[in-house]
Amino acid sequence: MAHDHEHDHAHDHGHDHGHAHQPHPFQPDLEAAPLTHYQVMTQAVGDLLIEKGVITADELRAMLEAIDAKSPAAGARMVARAWVDDGFKARMLADVNGAAQELGIDAGSIPIRAVENTAAVHNVIVCTLCSCYPRLLIGLPPDWYKSRAYRSRTVREPRAVLAEFGTVIADDVEVRVHDSTADLRYMVLPARPAGTEGWDEEDLAGLVTRDCMVGVTLPKSPQ
Amino acid sequence: MSARFAVGATVRVRAAFPPGHLRTPFFVRGKTGRVTQVLGPYRNPEELAYGRSGEPALPLYRVVFETAGLWDDYRGAARDTTVVDIYENWLEPAEETV
Repeated sequence: MAHDHEHDHAHDHGHDHGHAHQPHPFQPDLEAAPLTHYQVMTQAVGDLLIEKGVITADELRAMLEAIDAKSPAAGARMVARAWVDDGFKARMLADVNGAAQELGIDAGSIPIRAVENTAAVHNVIVCTLCSCYPRLLIGLPPDWYKSRAYRSRTVREPRAVLAEFGTVIADDVEVRVHDSTADLRYMVLPARPAGTEGWDEEDLAGLVTRDCMVGVTLPKSPQ
Repeated sequence: MSARFAVGATVRVRAAFPPGHLRTPFFVRGKTGRVTQVLGPYRNPEELAYGRSGEPALPLYRVVFETAGLWDDYRGAARDTTVVDIYENWLEPAEETV
């Protein structure tokens, strides 16, 4: 009944709530803007691969579905294991991809390094060039991670950016920004919050969000 | 290829502005930092971007900078740092004093 909905808004019928009932602006459909050069090229390559039988349309669809289905759960499991197992933590800090295999997690072939938050250092990840991000472990990057504002301001004024995420880092703690513009990807290994003594790994993993592993926030203490 | 710089080495990022696909951020060009990790050889992205082989591979380094030294009016803490991955063709030896 989308048409009826639009109709109602286009012709405001004046019931009085004590304020003007403004018709809200339409958000344009994605197709309303002309395609850019690279969008055309991407579409053309996809069509050619399918036409020539290199891949099928269903395989392309399935790949998109698999990429979109990635979540921060795998990364959170790794962080929780590191919190309860010092040996695993050491192996994870040396080689995230190898440590992931121990948990049956495929972290892909791009090398990923974990940087550890401590009482003295808070880490935050940015890619000033584009949106490099350990997708297989923490899912697709949020829109803000790809924004020009985050990419430029996180290296320029990291404490101000963190404060906007509600994360205030004391001046006696080093804020260490990691700009991942090359061949590696980075994730933050947050510190285990107080008050979680005796928790099992699954409950601990529930505290570890995407934003904790980017470093714009901290896992919240349970109390 | 063997890495020219070891962990702890003081290095300066070349103050160069060539055209093309580059991975070295503007804000560290001409700046001095310290090697914290040698990541091993990776094919040169400045070549790969144009469909060439990227060989010979270049050592890639993690270089740490004092953030206050990167920006004239940095308002964070003096202890804050920025770590950038930089390929060896962008690094030159530097004096410890900077």
